[in-house]
Amino acid sequence: MVGDPREYAKRYYEQGADELIYMDIVASLYGRSNLVDIVRHTAHDVFIPMTVGGGIRSIEDVTNLLNAGADKVAINTAAVKRPELISEIAKRFGSQCITLSVEAKKQDNNCWEVYTDCGREKSNINVLDWVRRGIDMGAGEVLLTSIDQEGTRKGFDLGLLEAVEKISSVPIILSGGYGEPGHLQDAINFGADAVAFADVLHYERANILDLKNIASEMNVIIRTT
Amino acid sequence: MKNKKVTVIDYGIGNLFNVGRALEICGANEVIITSDVSKILSAERIILPGVGAFSDGMLGLVSKKLDEAIYQFIKLERPFLGICLGMQLLASKSFEFGDHLGLSLIEGLVEKIPSEGEQGQVLKVPYIGWSPLVQQDKKTWNQTILRDTGLNDSVYFVHSFHFLAKKESDILATYNYGGHDIAAVIKSKNITGVQFHPEKSGKVGLKILQNFINE
Repeated sequence: MVGDPREYAKRYYEQGADELIYMDIVASLYGRSNLVDIVRHTAHDVFIPMTVGGGIRSIEDVTNLLNAGADKVAINTAAVKRPELISEIAKRFGSQCITLSVEAKKQDNNCWEVYTDCGREKSNINVLDWVRRGIDMGAGEVLLTSIDQEGTRKGFDLGLLEAVEKISSVPIILSGGYGEPGHLQDAINFGADAVAFADVLHYERANILDLKNIASEMNVIIRTT
Repeated sequence: MKNKKVTVIDYGIGNLFNVGRALEICGANEVIITSDVSKILSAERIILPGVGAFSDGMLGLVSKKLDEAIYQFIKLERPFLGICLGMQLLASKSFEFGDHLGLSLIEGLVEKIPSEGEQGQVLKVPYIGWSPLVQQDKKTWNQTILRDTGLNDSVYFVHSFHFLAKKESDILATYNYGGHDIAAVIKSKNITGVQFHPEKSGKVGLKILQNFINE
């Protein structure tokens, strides 16, 4: 328990975050979504894009979240169970509205397996096959999280990024494993379109301005106003 | 003191909450979100928001006779702002999921963003990200909603299709994607279109909206 997400959202907005991602990490376990209220309150004061995920299962869930102020929805478990959900959402709201949230765990033979339910359940599905399928069905973006690296501060899974980069025609947000500036430099060099930070910001081991400076020192065009 | 009333067209598409809230923060005294033709015709200034497919957008407008209402409003020479899909709908025609006619208020076509850059590099589509705006032909932004926008100020884009204006003089600003100049702001008389989301572009975007409210 870190604190009220809405306060953190406002703070990050004021510190220059380019986008917020809200993930309800127990929603798909308990079968509920209380994100709508959090989204609505945040959208009241925060004027940057918001992506919301966690337990989204239906067009109705998506409608409620978008109406409350979310710009995109991130879908994992429900899409793996029923991939047609992706194309239904894309047809109704547009591909730019739907981010495929992919949780990947490395296997022995240099492959990665898709996990669902916030990294709790195996799927026996190959990550690359899944990303290809999700994009074909209409996902406009991929949120790529390494289960192995998340929380370790030992760096992102660059092999995973590289493999997915090769087959993705849509932008990739890389997540899971940041610990020091060199990791961000690696992510940029390996082609991440965006990088997501959680723990490192919530526990104040780094701040948004510092992270952006690392990027701009690498000649990445990054918003500073 | 002039009443700053903004009317936002509700045609069943797009995120009205965000636009409405941003307008409030920017000083609009009254924000009316409506699909009522008479309210549109009596508006002081209008915003046409929108996210999603062109054909759905046109269907939403035409089915409620909002296209006719928009044409009549434009003749009154009051300020009109199209945002994202709302800007694309101003075009003559779009090629998204087939051929579809637009409002034809600013001559141009809507086509998919190229997936290859000028140097043959792969371009991800949709373009999702923040970009600074580039002045077109050293055109001044002084009398426009961009008058407080700096050349290093970024705004937020998320789109797969872009507006190809027939007349260069209708393009106020572009942004660079892989060497291509993508239309970011178009303007013809009282009609302005922005491809980015000012309601999602932080303080820079809010300033642009504020300037629209004050036009």
